[in-house]
Amino acid sequence: MAAFLTLTRRELSGYFFSLRGYVIIAGVQLLIGASLLIVLDALNEKPFDIPLTEKLPNSGFFWLVLLLMAPIITMRTYAHEKSTGTFETLLATPVSDRAVVLAKFVGAWLFYLLAWAPAATLPFLLSRYVDGLGPVDTGPLVSLALGVGVIGAFFMAVGCFASALTRSQIIAAMTSFAIGTGVFLIGLLAVYRPPQLGWKTDLFAHISMVEHMGDFASGIVDSRHLVFYISLTLMFLYLTEQVLASRRWK
Amino acid sequence: MTLETNGKPMIEVRGLRKEYAGKPAVKGLNFTVARGEIVGFIGPNGAGKSTTMRILASFLSATAGTAQVAGFDVERDSMEVRRRVGYMPENNPLPEDMRVREYLKFRARLKGLSRMASRNRVDEVSGQLGLEEVCNKMIGHLSKGFRQRVGLADALVHEPDLLILDEPTIGLDPHQIMAVRELIKKLSADRTVLISSHILPEVEVTCNRLLIMHRGNLLAADTQSNLQKRIGGATRVVAELSAPEGDLRTAWEEMGEVRDFHLSATEGDFRRCVLMPRDGVDLRTRVVDLAHARGWTLRELSENRATLEDIFVQLTRPDDDEEDLF
Repeated sequence: MAAFLTLTRRELSGYFFSLRGYVIIAGVQLLIGASLLIVLDALNEKPFDIPLTEKLPNSGFFWLVLLLMAPIITMRTYAHEKSTGTFETLLATPVSDRAVVLAKFVGAWLFYLLAWAPAATLPFLLSRYVDGLGPVDTGPLVSLALGVGVIGAFFMAVGCFASALTRSQIIAAMTSFAIGTGVFLIGLLAVYRPPQLGWKTDLFAHISMVEHMGDFASGIVDSRHLVFYISLTLMFLYLTEQVLASRRWK
Repeated sequence: MTLETNGKPMIEVRGLRKEYAGKPAVKGLNFTVARGEIVGFIGPNGAGKSTTMRILASFLSATAGTAQVAGFDVERDSMEVRRRVGYMPENNPLPEDMRVREYLKFRARLKGLSRMASRNRVDEVSGQLGLEEVCNKMIGHLSKGFRQRVGLADALVHEPDLLILDEPTIGLDPHQIMAVRELIKKLSADRTVLISSHILPEVEVTCNRLLIMHRGNLLAADTQSNLQKRIGGATRVVAELSAPEGDLRTAWEEMGEVRDFHLSATEGDFRRCVLMPRDGVDLRTRVVDLAHARGWTLRELSENRATLEDIFVQLTRPDDDEEDLF
């Protein structure tokens, strides 16, 4: 446990040893801010009949942020250590593969949450400076944050897995982007719902991130969505552990 | 951190075999290293030294055979083994973006030391390895010599019983090589050390026993002097005497201890004699006695013992019959 905490701390602080971490946070805030501006701009033209939070998952920027963050945050986790060789010194310490996998994942995920954190102030800023904005409903905000959290966990697990496969950070980033975007796009098919697809539409609807996020944003915490993301996260973490173990039988 | 010792040899390797995608890198190694020994692992690149070390450090698994460190199986009791081994891989990989002290503390914590213990141990090893002046510097800004010391400090920080150093002096300049060599000697006082190298003088000075590897096989495991004895042919005595060539020839032919000889003329009346003795005989006193008895002038007398290079070249000669050497 002590080793896990030490390693998690090292992973998390690693983002701030260079400019990388700050650049990621700034980039995320820029895109989130831009998407808020677009929503506000639209709001100036005609009033919405739905809460502001529900507008967010419909914004392209929101998804761009989600899909791009994972590769950028996680590409270094294993690939960098493998290319410099520190992977070998790490795995020669009395720390289990599982602890390494969990620490790297938790480190990446905490950084991801940290990069989102400043956005939590946006609704309160709005209510402070915009006249006649309705009251801030904290319920949907919390469930939205939960949605961002669990989807993020899934993306981070995919990113860690992709990074564990290679020594090249570029290849790691591309692989994780491809898997993440692939799952996202398959789910997106459900939004257009081609009626002739029948049961396939139902399947797509089940894995539609946009629909899941829509639920989270409107304050619905559906346990099916939670199970979906948590189980996928665990699956990718398990796969990552297997990739690490493969050095022994390859 | 003191761990109990159980009277078992520090390293015991039996029938160790490792294949990479079906290609054998190590082909059935057997060797034992006792506690307190400093053992040199030598062989050309690709001999299987690093693979063996990685298995001993519990980073890789063997395809077949067993390896035990301090009585613990590297596979089954991997964590116990890792606690007892300080391993510095080839090229000494270090994170560029951490400060020396911070890195060593991080490593000490990973290796299971408490916060207090890790602070104390980092101070100790920093002192031992002369790292105080750089302890707040970024590792990426250090010279190669200092990086090597950081690597050694990391390997030592949890007070391991066994130190495994894979090519610890590679890429260093002669001064740094000397310094690292001295350090290794100092560190080996109370622990077992396994050093690999393809630079022979390296192990010649530091190690008291040698394991010679070639193409995944162990060719020899012995002390340097025993190895020299085994390849006795490589020892020769050179004498420069002023005497007629014919007299010299008969003298050497009559001397039973001389297995073979070779004469050549040098400047003046002197003749240079290269004498190959029979096993284990020191010809030098015989030569002095002879020169004295005959009234010849002797101006040079030296014995060239087989260097590690000679042994190595003999053992790893491609068309050598390897079975003969054992």
